[in-house]
Amino acid sequence: MKLNPAYAVGLAALVALPFAIRAVFPGSEKYYLHIVIQMLLWAQIYTGWALMGRFGLTSLGHGAFTGIGAYVTVMLWNFAGLTPLIGIPVAIVVAVALALLIGYPSFLQRIRGHYFALLTLAMVEFVRLCIVGLRDFTGGSLGTQPARYGDGISFYAVQFEADRMIAYFVALAVWLAGILVWVRVDRSMDRFALEALGQDEEAAAAVGINVTREKLKITALSAAMCAFGGAIFAQYQMYIGPDTIAGFGVSLNIVFGAVAGGIGVMLGPTIGALFTQLLSEGLRMFFQGSVTLNAMFGSRVLSLDTLIYGVLLVLFIIHMPRGIVGTAMEYWRKHKRGS
Amino acid sequence: MSMLELHGVCAGYGGFRALNDISMAVEVGESVAVIGANGAGKTTLLRVISGMLPAAAGRLSMEGQDLRTLPAHKVLSTGIAHVPENRHLFPRLTVEQNLRLGAFLPSARARFPERLDYVYGLFPRLKERRLQFAGTMSGGEQQMCAIGRALMSGPKLILLDEPSTGLAPVVVQQVFELVRKIRDDGYTVLIVEQNVTQVLAVVDRAYLLSVGRVEMSGRSADLLASEAVQKTYLGL
Amino acid sequence: MTCSLDIFFLEAVLNGILLAGLLALLSLGLNLVFGVVDVVWICYAELVMIGMYAIFFAYSTLDLPLPLAMLIGITFTALLGVALHMIVIRPLLDAAPINQLLATGGVLFLLQAAATLAFGIEFRNIGVHLGSASLGDMFFSWGRIITFSVALATMLGLRYFLRHSYLGLAILALSQDRHVMPLMGADSRRLYAATSALGGGLAGLGAALMVLQFDIYPQIGLQFGPLIFMVCVLGGLGNMLGGFVAALVIAQFITIGSSCFATEWGYAIAFLFFILMMFIRPQGLLGARS
Repeated sequence: MKLNPAYAVGLAALVALPFAIRAVFPGSEKYYLHIVIQMLLWAQIYTGWALMGRFGLTSLGHGAFTGIGAYVTVMLWNFAGLTPLIGIPVAIVVAVALALLIGYPSFLQRIRGHYFALLTLAMVEFVRLCIVGLRDFTGGSLGTQPARYGDGISFYAVQFEADRMIAYFVALAVWLAGILVWVRVDRSMDRFALEALGQDEEAAAAVGINVTREKLKITALSAAMCAFGGAIFAQYQMYIGPDTIAGFGVSLNIVFGAVAGGIGVMLGPTIGALFTQLLSEGLRMFFQGSVTLNAMFGSRVLSLDTLIYGVLLVLFIIHMPRGIVGTAMEYWRKHKRGS
Repeated sequence: MSMLELHGVCAGYGGFRALNDISMAVEVGESVAVIGANGAGKTTLLRVISGMLPAAAGRLSMEGQDLRTLPAHKVLSTGIAHVPENRHLFPRLTVEQNLRLGAFLPSARARFPERLDYVYGLFPRLKERRLQFAGTMSGGEQQMCAIGRALMSGPKLILLDEPSTGLAPVVVQQVFELVRKIRDDGYTVLIVEQNVTQVLAVVDRAYLLSVGRVEMSGRSADLLASEAVQKTYLGL
Repeated sequence: MTCSLDIFFLEAVLNGILLAGLLALLSLGLNLVFGVVDVVWICYAELVMIGMYAIFFAYSTLDLPLPLAMLIGITFTALLGVALHMIVIRPLLDAAPINQLLATGGVLFLLQAAATLAFGIEFRNIGVHLGSASLGDMFFSWGRIITFSVALATMLGLRYFLRHSYLGLAILALSQDRHVMPLMGADSRRLYAATSALGGGLAGLGAALMVLQFDIYPQIGLQFGPLIFMVCVLGGLGNMLGGFVAALVIAQFITIGSSCFATEWGYAIAFLFFILMMFIRPQGLLGARS
């Protein structure tokens, strides 16, 4: 694979970024690194969702896969002493199995559009309820923590939260892996098949595309990526809760992040993660700092950022349905043609 | 002043111009047919008159009232009722519910019972099937229901779009009888048809449309005798 | 609690029937909008939540009589329904269905945040306790009994309205053929707005019944929202009788499951049942196979 020079520069910049952060914000580097790490981890998860979302398979259930990734890994570590090095692959297998179990019959029955979205919504609720129901292990709705191993830095336990520099490079590698998967899919024959069936399933079937099989493949891959992302996220946060890593709310965040960035292009979901993280952090800082708003709303001021987030999402979908990157690219193309 | 007047009307879909510089008039109490080949713009013409498709240019008026400035749902209140191509009944509503929707205009609601009696008198079959879902009836019955629905608003002018499409020959004959009947009852009728001989036998006048233009017009007997119609549409 | 065919089981079954009333009522408005406008209001449960807060505010803060407070709540959500349609749905009427769904998801966040901003995350309760009725050794809360009765009456009322009034018929007709409506002299835009008002108002009615039984908090919509969608889809789109049957079935899974195991398991079983039914009968419980 030939590397585009622009990508090489971008990659070099990403490698240099943590050092730059350390140099520029010597006292508060942990905080800034934390934001960037979260961004990268969510970017990988959004990319995983967009892998199938871009072909018209809109799942509202990917919170189930991140949840399974996180919980299976942590449960195996906490209760069976199994290293996440094995636990994460097991979690991925479980997530893929669920994806196939739900995907196969629904693709066979041609459940699409609204119905597919609502079906996957039921799936994520089922998974969340199971997590809450198994509270003896999972801590119920309060969540739980992976047992700390030594000083919190361990390859064996896949724990790296204590050192933000290591954590950054782990997150970068995870994100990069996600991007590579995207590129592989983008350059494969499957992409054409999926694009065809995304537009017209009957026509795609008529020209010999195995619709169910193609959909299953991309669904399994997407679930695997999100489970992997969920597991790493749990290892980084050192906390898992049904509402932070599983459930309907998480699903919606994934979908919106990806859609805001643009699901049709490689870096769309990543830009979506950048945008949503910066937005919520920025708004939070702004609102916490505002004396007037604090006087008006007290601690409730924090929900203002969600409010603005909601408004922006609506505006995005009405006015920029292709997302930030998609719209920018379209504008750029028109501009180039015009000049 | 004629009841319905069109002057230089143009209309189309996207870049495609389906109607070009159409001028025509319908007088009170007349029945007028618009004939022409497939794609001549007949359906488009009716859609423009009832406001379903905005005209791109020209003047359109009903009893002197400008139709172009009216939104589609206001056209019915000028007295123009449109029986669309393929009937477009509400399939999972009963016959009587369909008829009731024909009387949706507040002015028509008050006279609902009286008009319902008139329609049932015209189509006894509809009365027998009044509680049946419209979508479960035969093609001919559905056409009756569609015409009945249009009559429910108490219109002055009825636009009929290919009422004979997909019907058995016997039923087609009944439909044309009906056209004569409602004209005799005082309604003005503008009908679009491909069944040239049969429609020309029941209407007073006709326009021949070809590729979006009026090619010929006149009394139906004259049109029927004309070379253009005989050659192209009757294959003589 | 053990699961056996004793009086507890019977009580669970009867309570399930009463719970079904609430679910059926809540799904009614969503079903109407889903069936007529062909849009899923993912934020429907949040409309209910806002309605609950509106009633709470009018009753507990403004000290208005409860029926008036409920009326205010219903009016408020009806207006919200219209606003939702005009501001969010109308620009997206011809967009991909999934974009409509996502846009209402944005509204979900917005409404939750607005509620938090105004009332905080504390649990609120209007503090009206209606007590329980006893039947032999079994107890049923009056709140549930009233809810069930109102749900039944509303369903019949809505059915009558849709079949016998001009506006109702036009709304039904709109769901079957939206393009021909102008030929009936009906303005589709106004009919959509009316449908949305009705959908929103039904959410408000649901809220008025829920405040009798439940605490109010900003996240409550996420708790029962997915359940309402299930009832709607399982009943078959726009099929109100189907919705009622689906509500009965789902509620039985929940109450029996909850009384045999724990509450979450009752819900989990209900969701599992829904998923399986989607595979077996994608057209809904009562739908005919097309």
